[in-house]
Amino acid sequence: MRLEARGAVSPAMALAAPVVAVAFTLAVAALFVAWAGAPVGRTYALIFEGGFGSRFAWSETLTRATPLILTGLAAAIAFRARLYNIGAEGQLYAGALAAVAVGGLHGGTGFDLPPALLLVAMFAAAALAGGLLMALPAFAKTRFGVDEVVTTLLLNFIVLLFVSMMLDGPMKDPAAMGWPQSVALREELELPKLVERTRVHAGLLIAIGLAVLSWTAMRATTFGFEVRAVGANPRAARFAGVPVARTLLLVALASGAAAGLGGAIEVAGRTGYVTLDMSPGYGYTGIVIAMLAGLNPLGVVAAAVFVAGVLVGADSMSRAASVPTYIADVIVAVALIAMLVAALAARYRIRLR
Amino acid sequence: MLDALASMLANADFWSAVLRIATPLVFGTVGVLLCERVGVLNLGIEGIMVAGAFTGWLAVHAGAGLWTGVLVAAVTGALFGLLHGILTVPLALSQHVSGLGITMFATAVAYYAYRVSFPNVSTPPTIATFAEMSWLGVPVLAAQTPMTLVAIALVPLVAWVLYRTPLGLALRMVGENPAAAEGQGLSVYALRIGSIAAGSALMGVAGAFLTLSAFNSFFFNMVNGRGWICVALVVFAGWRPGKALFGALLFAFFDAMQLRLQQSDAGALPYQAWLMLPYVLSILALVAVARRASYPQALMRPYRKGER
Repeated sequence: MRLEARGAVSPAMALAAPVVAVAFTLAVAALFVAWAGAPVGRTYALIFEGGFGSRFAWSETLTRATPLILTGLAAAIAFRARLYNIGAEGQLYAGALAAVAVGGLHGGTGFDLPPALLLVAMFAAAALAGGLLMALPAFAKTRFGVDEVVTTLLLNFIVLLFVSMMLDGPMKDPAAMGWPQSVALREELELPKLVERTRVHAGLLIAIGLAVLSWTAMRATTFGFEVRAVGANPRAARFAGVPVARTLLLVALASGAAAGLGGAIEVAGRTGYVTLDMSPGYGYTGIVIAMLAGLNPLGVVAAAVFVAGVLVGADSMSRAASVPTYIADVIVAVALIAMLVAALAARYRIRLR
Repeated sequence: MLDALASMLANADFWSAVLRIATPLVFGTVGVLLCERVGVLNLGIEGIMVAGAFTGWLAVHAGAGLWTGVLVAAVTGALFGLLHGILTVPLALSQHVSGLGITMFATAVAYYAYRVSFPNVSTPPTIATFAEMSWLGVPVLAAQTPMTLVAIALVPLVAWVLYRTPLGLALRMVGENPAAAEGQGLSVYALRIGSIAAGSALMGVAGAFLTLSAFNSFFFNMVNGRGWICVALVVFAGWRPGKALFGALLFAFFDAMQLRLQQSDAGALPYQAWLMLPYVLSILALVAVARRASYPQALMRPYRKGER
């Protein structure tokens, strides 16, 4: 097998790649649905209906997409510089914990600030918590040459245990009757709902705003150029005078901050407090979203809505049909692999001989 | 505190626990080592362990023998390894992303298949696992199952293949300098994919140890980061099988110790702090050895014929 570079990637090819990948994914997942003994067409119809078929479905999908946009951005920003941040899950929890620490724990006694200022402080604390959590492995990478993949993965477990410790200890909600959940955020810090009688909240606008900001920063600033240069070829970037270690550290801070904000926005927009199951793997799903989006921050928004729709739709489908909800995870994983291959096929001819 | 430590170390049960905890790590670490020695990172390990744990257990639950279960887990692992091999070797996709994709795919398939096979169970069904080898008569080893012996025997076997056979020389060469290997008439693609499949088979067996020996049923999140720890252990071991065994035992020693200390009154620390210890130690070990680690030269570098 041999790869031959195509001269230029035609726009048609670039657009066809995700379409072919999604079609392939649906075909593979159909085998799994058939295996469970359910009618394929009806199952897909139920997933689509549950994810995108009604006003309620859309509202649930957009609510689910909100944290996914942010973890998707966390991966897209870092992967662009070839900094493999697999720790968005932990950074999200760190952000959620920091948000409650600032905006709930002190109940007005510790931080007697006006709500608007407290809101800013809360998001800043969450971004900082996530950013610093990613800065550590980035520092270990640039300074000691430690591969960041393993360290960020291991940090996820450490953070979750830390969250569990906090929920048992200093941040425990005394009124939760033994449920492991944190004290609640102050009411005036909760994000307003965008649409009445749904769960869609202002966090969605923050997430989309950050996506636009990242897109602009990547395209139109010196920093964005340096990030892309470091990702394309760190040695050449260093030779051209790009401060590689500093760029990687800044990328780490930005990437971790995005995931940390995701945690704060979940708390302020949806849950109101931290629990150990507030994220069903949003951090890991963010990686898939970033890859589906081709690491483009605006693409992340679209990919997050697609993936959120599949997750929400599969939940609602499994209540009606006898297909386990894990079909959503199968679809997402196959979509990732299919997208990788499709993107490759758009850039290269794959010759078998 | 010191007395508690001394009595712990004098207790045969403690050392039995160390060996038991180390066994899946030995399989997994040797598996990762086989992949990385030919130049390919395999982050699929976490999911492959889940899949191996599931298929091995399912086979035994369906009436197959225990060793057949182990074989089924190995074949499962090899198949996922083959997929990872094709994606990363001839297609030269990002080894990080492909590996994570394999982990997500294998985990999703295992959980989906579990739910399809057992739609309405509240408590997971159990099987009869491997028995302890009490006939052995050696204190600590007699408390182990035969899979632990296999794991220990695997280490010198892999070391012998890697350092004493022409195949091992070819494998190491492909991981250090694939162009030179190609020049010798060796097939870089075949050697890499073959070694990844073999290593992934061992990862499947590592998972099967959990369901066929350590516990008697399959449940969600049972692998719980053990795969990632194996990836860290290989760096710690400097890509050498003997040191990998030592690393796995050392890690298991600390893990068994924290389990004991958690139960004793030795610390007023919350139990979560003890549970963090293995992960923290893994990171510290990585930082300590990273500077002088001698990576296989072609690790994470895809090979394309005729390209420099």
